[in-house]
Amino acid sequence: MNELASLFKSNMRKNGMVMALVFIMVLFQILTGGILFRSMNVNNLILQNAYVLILATGMLLCILTGNIDLSVGSVVAFVGAVAAIMMVDWGMPVGVTIFLALLIGIAIGAFHGYFIAYMHIPAFIVTLAGMLIWRGLTMVILKGQTKSPFEKSFQALAAGYLPGREVRIGQFNTLAIVLGLAVSVIFIFALFKSRRDKVKYNFEVPPFWAELLKIVFIVLAINALAFSLANYNGIPIVLILLAFLILLYTFITQKTIFGRHIYALGGNEKAAMLSGVKTQRVMFLVYTNMGLLSALAGIVVAGRLNAATPKAGNMFELDAIASCFIGGASASGGIGTIMGAIIGGLVMGVLNNGMSIMGVGVDWQQAIKGLVLLLAVVFDVSTKKKGLGN
Amino acid sequence: MGNTILEMRDITKEFSGVKALNGVSLTVEDDEIHALVGENGAGKSTLMNVLSGVYPHGTYGGAILFKGQECSFKDIKDSEKQGIVIIHQELALIPYLSIAENIFLGNEVHQGGIINWNKSIDKAAGLLKKVGLDENPTTLIGQIGVGKQQLVEIAKALSKDVKLLILDEPTAALNDEESQKLLSLLIDLKSHGVTSILISHKLNEVEQVADQITVIRDGQVIDTLVRGQDAFHEDEIIKCMVGREITDRWPERDTEVGDEVFRVEDWTVYHPVQDQRKIVNKASFNIKAGEVVGFAGLMGAGRTELAMSLFGKSYGSNHSGKIFKNGKEIVLNSVNQSIEEGVVYLTEDRKNYGLVLINDIKTNICLPNLKKISDRGILNLNEEIVQADDFRKKLALKCSGLNQHVENLSGGNQQKVVLSKWLMSEPDVLLLDEPTRGIDVGAKYEIYTIINQLAAQGKAVLMISSELPELLGMCDRIYVINEGEVAGCLNRKDASQESIMKTIMTHQKEIKSRKSL
Repeated sequence: MNELASLFKSNMRKNGMVMALVFIMVLFQILTGGILFRSMNVNNLILQNAYVLILATGMLLCILTGNIDLSVGSVVAFVGAVAAIMMVDWGMPVGVTIFLALLIGIAIGAFHGYFIAYMHIPAFIVTLAGMLIWRGLTMVILKGQTKSPFEKSFQALAAGYLPGREVRIGQFNTLAIVLGLAVSVIFIFALFKSRRDKVKYNFEVPPFWAELLKIVFIVLAINALAFSLANYNGIPIVLILLAFLILLYTFITQKTIFGRHIYALGGNEKAAMLSGVKTQRVMFLVYTNMGLLSALAGIVVAGRLNAATPKAGNMFELDAIASCFIGGASASGGIGTIMGAIIGGLVMGVLNNGMSIMGVGVDWQQAIKGLVLLLAVVFDVSTKKKGLGN
Repeated sequence: MGNTILEMRDITKEFSGVKALNGVSLTVEDDEIHALVGENGAGKSTLMNVLSGVYPHGTYGGAILFKGQECSFKDIKDSEKQGIVIIHQELALIPYLSIAENIFLGNEVHQGGIINWNKSIDKAAGLLKKVGLDENPTTLIGQIGVGKQQLVEIAKALSKDVKLLILDEPTAALNDEESQKLLSLLIDLKSHGVTSILISHKLNEVEQVADQITVIRDGQVIDTLVRGQDAFHEDEIIKCMVGREITDRWPERDTEVGDEVFRVEDWTVYHPVQDQRKIVNKASFNIKAGEVVGFAGLMGAGRTELAMSLFGKSYGSNHSGKIFKNGKEIVLNSVNQSIEEGVVYLTEDRKNYGLVLINDIKTNICLPNLKKISDRGILNLNEEIVQADDFRKKLALKCSGLNQHVENLSGGNQQKVVLSKWLMSEPDVLLLDEPTRGIDVGAKYEIYTIINQLAAQGKAVLMISSELPELLGMCDRIYVINEGEVAGCLNRKDASQESIMKTIMTHQKEIKSRKSL
């Protein structure tokens, strides 16, 4: 029993935000009278929040270095606008447009990164300048107007679904259910492989029942999501994109030398430098990557709205930054995870969505979101303090 | 002397079940210098934090009597009102403010909230005179050296009408000359009615100035020695501190000097910003296999700069000169290149330059060696644990586990982590900068042993130290560095504190005559 209590305690600290997310979900499920978890709404939650989660992934890397990027909202608008002009005015094909849009994002990120990494201008200032520059240029090239509509295939990335919508078992989309089961199997397989490796090295492994509990919890969550989506239009393409990004960036941050170098740079730049970390290059790549992901988010946002507007992406940077901090990242750098940032983004997303369903006005929504951000960080700081005491 | 100014009775302090202090009693007489010595983690700082109110009344057991009255301090401000001022090891000065502003920070000279700057500066000038610091009160703190900053801290304490001054390792970052100045100031203050409690690892200084020495070990008072009654002998004090006899402070080593491993010729480095200023001037030296070679010199002689500039040009600009390893010339343009060539540098400032404090032990050890535990850029996290654990065992690292954050380790164990980091890279040449700074006697001995083992393995070891006895005890040869130049090289049998100082003095005269030409 004691073991269980201590396990719960250590998990509370580690997974405090997961629990907070579950709590908020349950709370709004009740408050909205069951609307939150309806298939259509789950589907909407994903489509609505995809851009924040994409941005939060990149933003986390910036925050890990101890900085932030204020320009992402403006870059989202600018890339969307350029893509719109390429397609609507110049009639370029969708594939080429997306490719060029991503290249533009990389160039913008590299532009910021150059000043931050090699000229040692504080990131806050460089990206504040970027925020003004790209917002301004967006208005210049759009001449203050909205540009639309786009081809269906461009919208698909943001609002489309995997094919085979008509293949159904009863009322459920077959592909969604199959994918849910497949992901569950892969997850279980990966978990046991990691456990086997640890045993091979003679390391201590968590008790078997604890792993089993984890499996049950996560497999349930995956399949609940799959069934819910199967009940509606199937798997949104943007969900596949998101899952890919989350896996990729979790892998990069946790399992590669480059990821380790980002954490070291944020934890202590001087020590990292004297340990052979090419700190300038790491910083440059992190901001270049942020440009790339901003462009990707720009394409998703434009596709979802089916229009490029001068106001697109307004304040997105703050949503992304808030997601990271709610998810446990440290403002001074060196601490944070991709999963944390995603959970932080979901907390914000569920709050938004839940309150909208309840008919809470935008004014109150903002105030409440601000409070939640503050509370989340207070909670995080206080649990960490307790953690140090032990 | 004669009256008791402070009595701490039966002080007990627990941290989540662990007794940091267990019934400690300390009596300090009026107008004396009372030294507090003990290994790191013995409880000295905890005791002083109890005294100065960092740990408020009620969080500890026992009683504090100051000038005969029982005290129950709620915070530092409370104890300062009574005239108890603590100066921490890490100075609490703000570099961008002037000396005067720092002295009166939190205690401003004002009328109705408006600061009277003229009066402040005048008062500050008076205080600076008292502590013997010849600086303008409007000079920024960042522009004066650590030794002078320490004096400013004391001036700040004096501005608060200090009766009992607590100094935590005041001379740790000072050179011999500055330390002497500070110690004589303490003696001077004593005659002006200021009692001092001095926490120090430097036992020769304690021996020199203290009237009483209290030795603390494992949260308990082991002994109190009184000048005139007991013999103040370093060996005796060390025995009390570590609880065992250390017959040799430097472990024995049979030197088997082999071929030359590392040679530097005419190495010249300029200041990183002021690129006209030579910091290192035509330095040449060599290290043979199995040899421990020392760099002696005054603070600011350019030893650290020389070593760092060799390590992938981590310091300075416009490097010139040649580096040879095993007779072949090598180029070390970056830290990575340097690590690959087997030349590594252990920093003198492990907290700022050596460790990522918020990361755990294994992450820190593996940081420069990620290639060793990865395949095409992808890490093997299990291999990381295996490798780190290997060094934990080899260096007898005391920790709760490899996942412990290094910020929670003691100084000695932190230093072992930094050492592990570089040992894992399998170097041939180790440039060790103050490898035993700020760590206790027991851990020092362990570090010395490790250094000897490295030399015995045929590695070339360079050791920079500001503690001459340590260099004399450890090194086969000592290069004397002065003003960025190699002033001379002394063999073990010729080296002594006197001969080293003489070499510096002769060289200084030489430089003077060169300049006047």
